[in-house]
Amino acid sequence: MTAATEVAVGRLRRRTARAATPWQIARRTGFFALLAIFVIVSLFPFYWIVITSLKTPQEINAGTTSLLPGHITFSNYIDDFTQNDFIRPLLNSVLVCGCTMIITVLLAALAGYALSRTNVRGKALFLGFILLANFFPVIAMVGPLFTVYRRIGFLNTYPGLIIADLIYTLPLATFLMSSYFSQIPRSLEEAALVDGSTRLNTLRKIIVPVAMPGVFTTAILAFMLTWNDFLLALSFMTSPAKYTATVAIVTLGQSPYQTFYNLIDAAVVIISVPIALLVLFAQRRIVSGLTAGSFR
Amino acid sequence: MAASQQSVAPSGTSPRSRTGTGHSQSLLARDRRFGYLLIAPLLIVLLVITAYPLGYNVWNSFHHVNYLLPPLGGFAGFSNYAELFRAEQFVPALLHTLGFTVVSVAVETVIGLSLAVALNKKFRGRGIVRAAIFIPWAVPTVVSAELWRTMFDPQQGFVNFLLTKLHLPLATTTWLDSQWTAWGAILVADAWRNTPFMAIVLLAGLQVIPSDIYEAAKIDGANAWQQFWRLTLPLLKPALMVALIFRTLQSFFIFDVVYIMTGGGPGTSTNVLAYLNYKAFFALFDYGYGGAVSVSLVIVALVIAAIYVRVFRTEEATA
Repeated sequence: MTAATEVAVGRLRRRTARAATPWQIARRTGFFALLAIFVIVSLFPFYWIVITSLKTPQEINAGTTSLLPGHITFSNYIDDFTQNDFIRPLLNSVLVCGCTMIITVLLAALAGYALSRTNVRGKALFLGFILLANFFPVIAMVGPLFTVYRRIGFLNTYPGLIIADLIYTLPLATFLMSSYFSQIPRSLEEAALVDGSTRLNTLRKIIVPVAMPGVFTTAILAFMLTWNDFLLALSFMTSPAKYTATVAIVTLGQSPYQTFYNLIDAAVVIISVPIALLVLFAQRRIVSGLTAGSFR
Repeated sequence: MAASQQSVAPSGTSPRSRTGTGHSQSLLARDRRFGYLLIAPLLIVLLVITAYPLGYNVWNSFHHVNYLLPPLGGFAGFSNYAELFRAEQFVPALLHTLGFTVVSVAVETVIGLSLAVALNKKFRGRGIVRAAIFIPWAVPTVVSAELWRTMFDPQQGFVNFLLTKLHLPLATTTWLDSQWTAWGAILVADAWRNTPFMAIVLLAGLQVIPSDIYEAAKIDGANAWQQFWRLTLPLLKPALMVALIFRTLQSFFIFDVVYIMTGGGPGTSTNVLAYLNYKAFFALFDYGYGGAVSVSLVIVALVIAAIYVRVFRTEEATA
């Protein structure tokens, strides 16, 4: 849009704002009311689990009587961390997601560079395969990998889960990295090559630093996608000591007679907080990565 | 290398041009080898976690691999596939999954599209609203399932509390204890988490539509409704196709929410294919039958993806 049209549109808007008819006022009110409903539906459940997580067992037994928390107690959080040892699955999750993230970024950076900068044959075929891998049903990995893992002793181990978790991250990461690399001007690396640097060194010293924002975006998304895993950890981690946070939550607060939502919801709050912070601080990055990755 | 090629070049041809192509060919070959070397690790890992399991499942699906009924490995022909239709659970689960996919994707598309259109307008506090709406997508599906299990709980839940306060019917419903209310709860948990994804992808699609065509349409007297149907929707098609394919297949593979909220119940009334498949592996220990379910899942997923591509391509051709 040119500057002139922008001014014209702005003037038009101001004029309409001044001469707002009842119909326009009603429409604007409706618009903001609708937005408010969307925001409330998105966020209210979080409020609800926070207050449930602060309830005493007696309040849980008494049922819901108010929208406000009654006696605020942190005993559920303390119980989760002490009696139920929720810290262990949290650390497992961090370890598994961290390793998956690092391996993803490494593999995707190498392949993405090759796709954008070398003359490999069959690029279209390879990208097609990546796209199909992106749509691969994870449950279809579970049976065969379980059989193989049991045979080679990978069951209930971190490497086993990490390798399987790569299905969530690698396809998207490869698309992202190759698109980031193709945005970097070729002259940069050509200068380095002329100066006698090897290609791998050029990749490491010149390209990767320039591509750092893209690497960050890929890393954040890889971490989030792995953090979301439930099925693979449920299938391959057979002892509670190796459970990831998502699997551990499901086993919390269950007794034959009752479900203790206060204990479950305290754990739910614990694993949601880091993600919520991540979204608040890196929203733009996450969204751009997500949309860039899905438009390829 | 170029020098050696020059020396073996037969006399009579122009040595200079031979050298040129020989040199660039070897450079090209080296470049290519370097490229393959960089791609190889990724390709090997991806083949190990997708192609290999798929092939293994196909092999299993044609053999007797039931760990509760040895001997293992005998050729089974199509009996595992016949079992899909003989056993009572596969066809209902397939229908449940397809029905859920259609309904959830439709709901998420309509809400996601209206959200995207709303967020595409400029207003104060848009960044905060966008972050607020985006957060449900960022939390794990396990969180959305546990959160809505709490919300729908007759004792602890908000839903029945609200219905009671408003003196509405269904205030004493035990949502997860009968088929249709359980499906409703599953749908809410799934839509709550995944509609933001739809909205974000569609919003990115809206943002690349140049705004001056709307000005032109306004001058031509098109009202907001016409602008939406005649301009926005056709121009949004690429983004819509991406969002639809992603969401349709994810919906079709739904597992976490069903596992946590209903366990496929009451009875088997909310059983879905991924859950049935999980049970085949970890409750029946029948990797032949489970393999057949896995292979069917892959085939139906491919068919869905192919239909989308076909529909959008023919529409593009006729448009």
